[in-house]
Amino acid sequence: MSFKTAVLLLPLLFTSLIIGLSIINLSACNIYIRVGTGFLQRFQSTLVVAEHNNDKLTPITLNAITAASKLGGEVSCLVAGTDCAKVVEQISKVQGVKKVLVAQHDSYKGSLPEELTPLILATQKQFSFTHICAGASAFGKNLLPRVAAKLDVAPVSDIIEIKSPDTFVRTIYAGNALSTVKCNESVKVFTVRGTSFEAASTEGGNATSENVAPSSPTGISEWLEQSLTKSDRPELTSAKVVVSGGRGLKSGENFKLLYDLADKLNAAVGASRAAVDAGFVPNDMQVGQTGKIVAPELYIAVGISGAIQHLAGMKDSKTIVAINKDPEAPIFQVADYGLVADLFKAVPEMTEALSK
Amino acid sequence: MSGRVLVGVKRVIDYAVKIRVKPDNSGVVTDGVKHSMNPFCEIAVEEAVKLKEKKLIKEVVAVSCGPQQAQETIRTALAMGADRGIHVEVSGKDYDALGPLQVSKILAALAKKEEAQLIILGKQAIDDDCNQTGQMTAALLDWPQGTFASEVSLEGDKVKVLREIDGGLETIKINTPAVVTADLRLNTPRYATLPNIMKAKKKKIVNVKPADLGVDVTSRLEILRVDDPPQRQAGVKVETVEDLVGKLKEAGRI
Repeated sequence: MSFKTAVLLLPLLFTSLIIGLSIINLSACNIYIRVGTGFLQRFQSTLVVAEHNNDKLTPITLNAITAASKLGGEVSCLVAGTDCAKVVEQISKVQGVKKVLVAQHDSYKGSLPEELTPLILATQKQFSFTHICAGASAFGKNLLPRVAAKLDVAPVSDIIEIKSPDTFVRTIYAGNALSTVKCNESVKVFTVRGTSFEAASTEGGNATSENVAPSSPTGISEWLEQSLTKSDRPELTSAKVVVSGGRGLKSGENFKLLYDLADKLNAAVGASRAAVDAGFVPNDMQVGQTGKIVAPELYIAVGISGAIQHLAGMKDSKTIVAINKDPEAPIFQVADYGLVADLFKAVPEMTEALSK
Repeated sequence: MSGRVLVGVKRVIDYAVKIRVKPDNSGVVTDGVKHSMNPFCEIAVEEAVKLKEKKLIKEVVAVSCGPQQAQETIRTALAMGADRGIHVEVSGKDYDALGPLQVSKILAALAKKEEAQLIILGKQAIDDDCNQTGQMTAALLDWPQGTFASEVSLEGDKVKVLREIDGGLETIKINTPAVVTADLRLNTPRYATLPNIMKAKKKKIVNVKPADLGVDVTSRLEILRVDDPPQRQAGVKVETVEDLVGKLKEAGRI
């Protein structure tokens, strides 16, 4: 570019800079955001990708909304699905949400990331969010890295704290170290650990809703079916009390002891990897580094030794109880109350004590 | 499908090691600490080798990005049955900053170069716990992804994947070429036998640099510090169930 054109372009750039700043939501303002870093803070805008089953909003979305609110800017939620009306109604009332973007189309059946990613990219193009986030559930973990790669940015997984709009804390090495990361990307893409942020209130909000054009189907993947574990007990990741069993239970039948105890406590039932691998219980009950992360008020570990990988999923519980016959089991090092006893005797006793 | 499978393997601190944070809070102590192949990568290798044994694919190529020692990890994959290895050498500062975005760019470039039909990776590395690389590789290639797989079956030019999701399991069918990431329940990795370890020494590992693949490894993520997590206060042992229930009631937990 010659000097002359540069001079000619300068006022032009300046005018558009002002326009860019006053109507920051217009597309192609990324460059201005980078130019005016001082203004960055004021013009934060976050997109939370809502997780739902076309009927109900998944609770972790509420935790993600709280995290998004901490960034200080405007929070929008994207609801994509085959039938969005109910979820849009719920999310419009959630405190902190300003705008609900709705994309309803049959291609969003099963929330396939191949279909949702183009939609999020189109939405991003239109609204130029500074942050895009979702809960760090199987849904969020599957989707957000795909979105990030398409935006050519490095995402940040499973954050437990927001220090500033570009600085996050997350755990590494199975929760044995905390890493503080500064993200210098133009768009921050991250997933939120549900248990580290309170759920946003489902009342008192008054968001507007707006339809966004569904993306054209890519057709490279197809959702066939799902088999969900049915249970009347509270959902594991949000339960106030969790009773978990490990290898010490010896069989799937013996897990009934834990179900009985859980019923008395209105608790969810979890498991260690050993119990899942041995086929005692289905995999979606696994608590740990590679299973679910829980942080209930009370966690009762029964017949679980307390391997690093299991502790990663439960050591932020408020109170931890361990029932194990091995006094050397590492679980006792993190337990607030430890009972060295045979679980086959202790658990029924406890169930009975709670019936009184 | 009878193509080539690319398997990504990462060298990490062994899963059983109790890690230590460096006193200057710059990271975790890795010198002199036992390293091995990331457990999820072992599962990925096993699955690829199984597909080859079923004659569903013709070649398994193991890839690792990292310093010189990454070759040991590739050697392990070769001993498990991979046919050849590619070592993408990244060391020093570049390696410290090497993240899923850079690795996925490398894998995507290799997938094109090698004309891979399938990429199998672990669902996450147990050190950075990111759970991103597979998804990002799929995105860069515009291939479909079958993440957290607990069952993989090749059906013509499609892959049926049973996925572990929060509420249970789901089944998807994706076109090939595709990226699949392995969950724990996909299989039980085999042990490399001594004869196979010996044979693996003769298999070829090609050394390339990210620049050879046209990949820029600069990162825009900056690790400011690494800390120990807050320590829990030591608890108490109770003698009886009654005592336990009493204490929990007192504490207002039940």
